[in-house]
This record gives sequence, C-alpha cells and structure tokens, in this order.
Amino acid sequence: MQDALETRYAQAAAELDAIGDGDGLRAWEAATLGKKGWLTEALRAIGSIAPEGRAAYGKRVNEMKQALTAAYEARETLVREQALAHDLETNQIDVTLPGRPRPTGGIHPSTQTLRDFYDIWADMGFQVYRSRDVEDDDTNFTLLNIPPHHPARDMQDTFYTTDPNIILRTHTSPGQIRSMRDLGENGTQAIRVILPGMCYRYEQITTRSEIQFHQVEGIAVGRNIRMTDLKGTIAAFAQRMFGEGAQVRFRASYFPFTEPSMEVDVECFLCGGDGCRVCKYSGWLEIAGSGMIHPTVLRNGGYDPSVWSGFAFGMGPERITMLKHGIEDIRYFWGNDLRFLEQF
Amino acid sequence: MQIPLSWLKEFVEIDIPPELLAEKLTTAGLEVGAITYIGVPQTDAEVIRRQHSVNIRYPKSDHLVWDKQRLLWGAVHEVKPHPGADRLVLAMVDYGAAELEQCVTGAPNLFEYKGVGPLPAPLYTVIALEGAEVWDGHSDEPKRMILKEKPLRGIPNRSMVCSDKELGISDEHEGIMLFRSDLGHKPGTPAQDVLGDVVFHIELTPNLARCYSVLGVAREIAALLDKPLRTPDYSVIAEGAPIDGAVSVEIRSPKHNPRFTLMLLRGATLQPSPDWMQRKLKLCGQRPINNIVDVTNYVMFEMGQPLHAFDYDKLVARAGGGAPNLITRLANAGEILKTLDGKERPLVETDVVIADNRDQAISLAAVMGGFDTEIGDDTTNVLLEAANWDFISVRRTMHAQKLFSEAGTRFSRGVHPSQAALGVQRGIDLMRQVGGGTVAKGMVDAYPLPAPIITHTLTTDEIERIMGMRFTADEAAALLQRGGFTVDAQGDALRVTVPDTRLDIDRDPVIGAADLIEEIARISGYEGIPTTIIADEMPKQRPNPSLEREEAARDLLVSLGLRENISYRMTTPEREAQLVPAGMTPSFETSAESYVRIANPISAEKTVLRHTLLVNLLENAAGSARYAERIQVFEIGNVYLRRPGQPLPDEPRKLGLLLMGGRSAASWVGGDTSAVDFYDLKGVVEGLLAGLHVRGVGYGRAAHSSFHPGRSAEVKIDGQAVGVIGELHPAVAAAFDFEGITVLAAELDLEALLNAANPLHRIRPLPVTPSVYQDVALVVRDEVSAAEVERVIRMIGGKLLRSVALFDVYTGDPVPAAHRSLAYALAYGTDERTLTDKEVAALHAKIVKACERELGATLRA
Repeated sequence: MQDALETRYAQAAAELDAIGDGDGLRAWEAATLGKKGWLTEALRAIGSIAPEGRAAYGKRVNEMKQALTAAYEARETLVREQALAHDLETNQIDVTLPGRPRPTGGIHPSTQTLRDFYDIWADMGFQVYRSRDVEDDDTNFTLLNIPPHHPARDMQDTFYTTDPNIILRTHTSPGQIRSMRDLGENGTQAIRVILPGMCYRYEQITTRSEIQFHQVEGIAVGRNIRMTDLKGTIAAFAQRMFGEGAQVRFRASYFPFTEPSMEVDVECFLCGGDGCRVCKYSGWLEIAGSGMIHPTVLRNGGYDPSVWSGFAFGMGPERITMLKHGIEDIRYFWGNDLRFLEQF
Repeated sequence: MQIPLSWLKEFVEIDIPPELLAEKLTTAGLEVGAITYIGVPQTDAEVIRRQHSVNIRYPKSDHLVWDKQRLLWGAVHEVKPHPGADRLVLAMVDYGAAELEQCVTGAPNLFEYKGVGPLPAPLYTVIALEGAEVWDGHSDEPKRMILKEKPLRGIPNRSMVCSDKELGISDEHEGIMLFRSDLGHKPGTPAQDVLGDVVFHIELTPNLARCYSVLGVAREIAALLDKPLRTPDYSVIAEGAPIDGAVSVEIRSPKHNPRFTLMLLRGATLQPSPDWMQRKLKLCGQRPINNIVDVTNYVMFEMGQPLHAFDYDKLVARAGGGAPNLITRLANAGEILKTLDGKERPLVETDVVIADNRDQAISLAAVMGGFDTEIGDDTTNVLLEAANWDFISVRRTMHAQKLFSEAGTRFSRGVHPSQAALGVQRGIDLMRQVGGGTVAKGMVDAYPLPAPIITHTLTTDEIERIMGMRFTADEAAALLQRGGFTVDAQGDALRVTVPDTRLDIDRDPVIGAADLIEEIARISGYEGIPTTIIADEMPKQRPNPSLEREEAARDLLVSLGLRENISYRMTTPEREAQLVPAGMTPSFETSAESYVRIANPISAEKTVLRHTLLVNLLENAAGSARYAERIQVFEIGNVYLRRPGQPLPDEPRKLGLLLMGGRSAASWVGGDTSAVDFYDLKGVVEGLLAGLHVRGVGYGRAAHSSFHPGRSAEVKIDGQAVGVIGELHPAVAAAFDFEGITVLAAELDLEALLNAANPLHRIRPLPVTPSVYQDVALVVRDEVSAAEVERVIRMIGGKLLRSVALFDVYTGDPVPAAHRSLAYALAYGTDERTLTDKEVAALHAKIVKACERELGATLRA
C-alpha cells in the first residue's frame, strides 16, 4: 500500500510538471487534492491503517499533501504567467484598422468664423447687435449718406422687393443707424457694437461672388474716438485673428458712410508677406473696409458730429474663412455638401 | 481707366519707378488694378525695396521686353516688289546702319507704296533684327519666337518690320505699324525709347470723379510726390469772325444744365489725326476715328471734360439758314431721338436733351450726340460744345437708356463746371492744330448756375479730434496746398478754399472739415498715423441672451451629432408648396401676399424669401443623399413673413432638423445602420430641450399637412405649441425625391424655445440614502399613451418615487391584441430616511392599483 502510494505520488508530481493550461491544472487538482482526489482519500484512510504504522503513514501522506499543494501553486503561478506572456505576445490587433465611428456634428464654417469675431471683439468691449435682413431703402442707403441716384449706389447691386422702398439689405451698415438710435439714447451714450448678419446683392453666382453673404460691421461712437484708435483697434483684432505679429496696412478708399475711409490689408498669413498666389504676389490680403463715421451718419443716428465721433469697420467672414482654409469656391458655403461641412 | 505713364509725365515729374508709383496711388485710394508694360522692362521689386526702403511686392510680369539692340526705330524709304512673289514686298529700311536693310514682308499696308520708287517722305516703323525676340504674329496662342535669318522665296531675309501684335502692343496684325512722323526720334533708336510705355489700369471710387483723366491723376501724383503740376495749354489762336451772332444758347433748366459753352472752328479738314494723338488715344483704349472726333476724346482723356462736336452747317440748315439757337431742356415724354449709334430712342421726362431752333431734340445731353447733326466726311465747320450737367439726371438717363459712354461715365460722377470753358478752349485749338481752319473769336458761355466757391475754417484741434494726432497749422496747410487747396493759416485756424476741380468737399462745415481731414491724412500717408487703444469710456455692457442661447442651442445640436447647414433664404412659393400633399389644406402660411417677393430675382428659383427651413433642409438632403448614407443636419435662421399694414416683414428665427439614413455610420465593426425613426428625432429634441433646461415640455399627436399623421408630434412648452417633429408625409417625401424613404424632420419656433430656456435651473442634491428598485410591467390598451401611464405612476409615487424609466415596450403573445406592455423601472427613496421593504411594497402596490383603476391596466405576469 505504501509503495502504491509512493508510486502514485511520484506519478502525480510528474503529471503536474507536464501540465501547461488551466483546464489541466483544475483536472489534476480535482483528481489529486480535491474532495474525491486520491490524496484526500488517502488522508481519510488513516483510520484504516494499522495503529503501529498509522503515525508514519499520516506523516508521510501529509508531507505528500504539502509538497503537492506547494507544487500545484507554483505550477499554477507558472501556467498563469505563461498564459499572460503568451497573450501579450500573441493576441495582438491591427492598430491601423479604423476606430468605431462616433456620430459627430459640427457647426458651419461661417458660424465658426462669426464666433471667432464675437469672441475677439467682445474682449475689446464690442457687443453683438443684430438687426433685420429686410430693410427700408432709407435705412440701408439714404440715412447712410447714400441718397437716391448717388453714384455710390452703383457699388452695390440691390435686390428690391415688390413693396415700394423695401429691399434686402446690401450690407450690415443699416445696423449702424438702428444701433445708434436704439442704444445711443438720443445721442447721449457711447456705444461699441458689432453688427453681424446676412447681406444680399444682385450678382451672378460664381466661384468668387454670391448673392448672399455674411458681414460683420462694427462701430464705436464716443466723445473721444479717433483715427489712431481705429488703426490700433483693427491692428489688435488682426493680431488675435491672424496671429501675433500680423502686420496691417491702411489704404485710402471710399465708403459713403465714412470719412475718412480706409481699406485694411493684413500681411498675407499664408506666405508671411513674401508673395504667393493667394495674395496675388502682393504680400497683402484685403480684410476690411473702415473709416471714421461720416458726420451725416452720426447725425442720422442722433449724435452731434461736432462733439461725438466714431469709427466703423466691416469684414466678410466667408472671405476670411476662404483665405484661412484655402477654399477657392464661395458656392461651397450655401451648398451644404456634407463632404465640405465635415472638414470643419 | 487706362492711364499711360508717358502722358502723365507731360504734367508732372515722376522720379520713382512705375511700380512704386502704382503702390502710392493705390494707397492714396486710386487703386491700380494692373500695369501693362509696352516693351519696357518691369522694375525688380527687390531693387525698389532696397533703394526706396519700402515694403513692396508684386507679381512678375511675363510681357515681351524689347531688345534694345535688335528692336529699333526704322524708316521705310522704299517698297520694292518681290521678284518671285506677288504677295510679298521688299521694305527698304533705314535703322541707322550704313546701308538700307531689305525686309521681306507681306504687310498689306505697304502695298500701296509698292514700286513707286523712293518715298518722298519715309514711313516709320519698328524693325526687328536677327536674334530679336518677338511674339509670333501668325500664332493664335501667345507664342514667342526668336527671329532667324530665313530666305523668303529666294530673297535673303534676316529682319522683320513689326506689327502691333508682334511687339505685344495689341492683337492688331492686319499690317505693320506705320507712322508718318518720326515721333522725334532718329532711325536706329531703340524702339523702347520711342514707343515703350507703361499703362496703369486705375479703378476709381465715386468720390474720385476729379481723377477721370490723365491730368486728374497727374494732379494726385503731384500732391503725393510733392511736385509741381503743369497744366495743358488752354490758349486759343482765334482769328476768325466772332462767334457772337453765329450761334446762341438757351438753358431752360439751369439745375440740370448749370453751364453750356460753345466755340466755332471754320474751314477745318476732316482727316486722320496725327500719329502722336492716335497713339495716345490707343494707349487709353480709344480707337481713333478722325481728327475732329479724336480731339473730343483726347481732351476728355487729357483733362476730364467731355466735349461734343456738331457739324455747324447741319445746325444752320435746321435753323432755316439762320443762326442756330441751341436749347437745353428736359425731354418730353414720347419724344424720339436718333443717336450717333443709329438707334431711335424714345426719351423719358428725366432725360436732358439739346434741341434745335424748332425745339427738336438733336442730342442726348452728356451721354451721346444725335445722328442728324454729327460730324461727317464733308464737315468743315465745327461747333464744339463743352457743357456741365447734373450728375443725377445723367445717371438716370444712362440707366433709362441703358447707354454707357466715356462721357456719361464722367458726367454721371460729376465734373466741375469750371472745366467746361477750359475744355472747349483746349478742344477748339487742338482741332485747329490738327484740322486746320480758323477759330471764331470768342466763346458762347451760358453759365446760369455758377458753382459756389467753397471755403472752410479748419482748426488744428478739429484735426486732432478726428485723427488723434497733432499737426501744426503750417504742416496741415502745406499738405492741403499740395492737394491744390488755397490755404490761409491764421494761428491754429486754417482758412481753406476748395479748388475748382473738385466737387467732393461738402459745403456743410462739419462734413467739409471731415473731407479736408481725409485729404490731410491721404496726402500725408495713412502709414504715418500712429496706433492707439481706445481711451474713451467703455460703454454700458448689456446682456444678450438671444444670441447666447442661440449659440448654446447650436452647441447642443452639434453634441447630439448634427451638422449645421446655412442655406439660401430665397426660394419660390412653388417649392414651398411641395410641402403640402395634393388636396390637403396647408398647416403653414402659403398665401401669395404673405411672401416677401423679390422684384428683380436673379433666377426663377429665387423669387421670394422663405417661410420655412424645411425646403432648404430637404433640398440639401437630396443633394447629400447622392453620396451620403446618413444625414443628420440642422439649420437655424430667419424666415420672412409679410405683415398686413406694416412695411417691413416679421423675421422670426426657426430651428429646422432633418435626419435620415442609418442610425450610425456603417463600419467594418458593424454598427447600427438600420434607418432612423421618430424616436431618434425625438431624442435629439429632448436632448436639446434638456440641455437648455426647458421645463413644461409636452408632446401630443400632430395634425400637420407636411407630416405623417400617425408618426408626428406637436411639441408644447407649458401647453403652447412650438413646432412639429416627425416623419415627413410620404407624399411630401416623394415630392423631394425621397419616394418610399423615411425622412424625419422638425421645424421649431426658436424664439419660443430660447425664451423658455432656464439658465437659473436648480440642481437636485445627490441622494444620501440608497434607492430601492422595483420593476413593473403594465398591459394597457394601445390608445393609452406612455405619457398617461407615467403621469399616473408619478402622481401616486409622489415624493418617494425618485425616478421612472421605461425600459421595454412589448406587443404580441401573450399580450392581447390592441394592447401593449410597458415595463418601467421605478426607484424609490427619500433622503429623510431609509425606506423599509414593506413601505416600498405598499407604495408599489398602490401604483399598480391606480394604473388598473385609472388606465384599465393589468399587471403583466
């Protein structure tokens, strides 16, 4: 019996050394150390051993149990480590496969640029003031120093409605009159607003021109608003919008509602001013029209132009978006092609 | 407008490169859109940057630069026949060499001289010698070529007499360039030095009417470069019988015709104008016609005053042989005038005309002369008109008659009346010089409405108030004087008189001051104005919830996976009518009078302003559906509703949503690509409203003509309808090319949503006791809505019921027909104490009972 036990013990130890997986280990454990395992049964059999050999038998079986239990645990650890090493080594995935798509939305590129404008101008104290798309001729033109039949009306081709003197605004400038009258408290309060909105012009739709487009106009009216402030404010905007160090230059121009009037160019941010196709090799990009608010417009807004002064500027978010992202066709904006929108 | 550099130099010294001049003009508001080089090289920008310390850049020009050794001024002395070819001749050209060069040419304009022997006076042209680079005159595409020695029909030939096209001056290749005069240069002079030039293409804003001429631009250059201005010679050699008695003028409406001047030239000969004049006109883009007409154009281009030449004898004939009396007046309705272009034009009452003694219109004032009194081949006596017209009426006429001329362009922007007298003098004497004859002494000058002399007082304080920088009175005066203003400085005040060339300085003292300050800024240069930050008080800052909440709504929709559209706001009523299935009553405003209608639509697809965003979203989706499996978009924007009795329409903001296609994108890992349904859309709306913290939201069945009646809902906030969401009516989907496809759409009143947003929403504290969860499945009849079941559960559950979550809707065996099972997970709990199982069981049973009693529900086993 003792011999048989020893043989069994040696066999079990050898078997254990050959086991390489969890299932094998569990089967071995059940057959050896489990409730019905031979070793457990051998322990239980102590009572049936003749008393003179019982102590030695018991000692020996307990030795076996300890040895096999220790060996089992060692083997289990080894097998687990091997399995882990095997898993780390073999269960690799192709990390270049695309990820699971998540549904993503996005705002329109024009909205993105408008928000950039809102943020930058808000930091300088310019709040958003929105006014209507359908305007009367007076507010869109006459009150802005563009009387009927004035040559400046040729500069903007207008969409008229079938209602007399009602038009689609050709620029956001009527917002100058509306904001001055609304917020200026009869020409007694300084104001600083930007006027974003959709404008409409009767033009052929081409890669470069559209019948509707956003403008963001801004005005500052106060008792001490000067051309130097206009230059400084626009320069500050350019630094924020186009990067620190962005240079601006001012050229004389003409807008009926400002005097003096200036066109604003920013150093081409694509070529750093060295000249490229986008800036037509001039090193400059036109980004805004601006000027000191015309005395007539101040008057029409309720202010006394001999005491109050102000500056105004206007920019096109679509144009700036086009420049920033290399968009060569303005028709992309209202085409709503998802393949375009998804790039923002 | 094309302005040649050579002509500018007659009036002002220009000692900077043309490219730098163009930059200075552009910076001063005269935008040089392009520069055309004729034969001369472009200046290297790097050289200008270095020599003038300016930051200037421009594209490289690819024009032909005339080789100074091989393209020379030549004199053709004889044109010999080609011994072997009828269609070729041999031009014998002196180009400064010892012997005449024999050029074989087919130029048709030399044939009249063929075989007549040595010419009495040589003809001048440009000769290209072997090795010279020219444009290929025979190529349709621009193509350069190097001239090589090549015998033509047996005659050696190593040079060429050149056409305009070969030199890159114009596309003219009918014959070679031929001048009758040497233009002041000896044969052999490099052609560059004779004909080389630079032409500026200048775009003028409406305030720069004074610059519509070479002199006008020269005046600006003189101011910018601080150089003296030379003016044309306005003197007249008049030796003929006086004009008095030969013609008279009657101005009936001085407002429309402030000034009208006439001079008379007798015995002139109509012939081509001289080479120098033709050349300058061509450089300005004007085709030469004859000496008389050319002078009218020449003076207009030179100093900006349009002129009109009448055949005096035709006027005399119309006056029955007596002295013509020219009447200027407004046209009569129904009056017809045949203009120079041969068109019979019905006139309107705003047109201004010149009429003859019988009061018959003979000329359309300012825009175009009449056919019956124009200069003809037999004209000898020329009556020259230089008038001044109200620019507004000229603009009206140009638009009414759709007639745009160089004269009209200038008059419609404004010409100072002082220029009329100068123009007529300059014109009549030039006509005498190029056409012969004798100028009648004197001028008819009717000037009933003299231009006011405008004088302003400008203080250095006012300059500083607007510009933010200080000029001394002397500095400011010097700048204005450069601009041609007369200035008298007294202390800090300048007394400024506006020159009689410009109309852009307003009479109003405040506006006039602003105009003068602009001149100071422009002439001193904008780059010299410093930059400051606004020192003025910060205005009152106001809340702007309307914008802030709109942007928050955009962000929420984006986080819900939707992409923003921005669409055309113009559409047609017909396109919007497609939202209403045939035979149904529209649920939104479709009446013709409710539309803002465009009077001048750009296309038949854009005739009115929209009433709805749905058409935009559907049309966008139809475009996207060609390539996209999945479309989830929104648009926020105005719609436009005409209001009875109000001039301006209502412009409410709307939110439109559209979902169609797969729920999520197809992918190699699978993903739910089954089609979206009502509940996807509702999830978006719920997410938006929850994000805005809108309370009191309810959904009820909708009855909207554009939506599926069984699968659409009206969204309500506190019982007020704010829009419809749901599956588009199948007939509507079909109308937008989505036959048989489920399209989910919504249009909501954005103003109402945003007004209901609650930025001060209170939070719930985190629970401090655990919840006890109990599920319940209730079988109810189909007509009992989920909202109704939830209402009863919540009503009974009261404060102890923390949440109600529907987790299953089941129909089919064993649920009876026309019934469904709704399964809810209920969480009970209160922070006041821990609920006992018994309490929860009792409340749960009470809820079930109430549902049984009030909704006829049965507990599902």
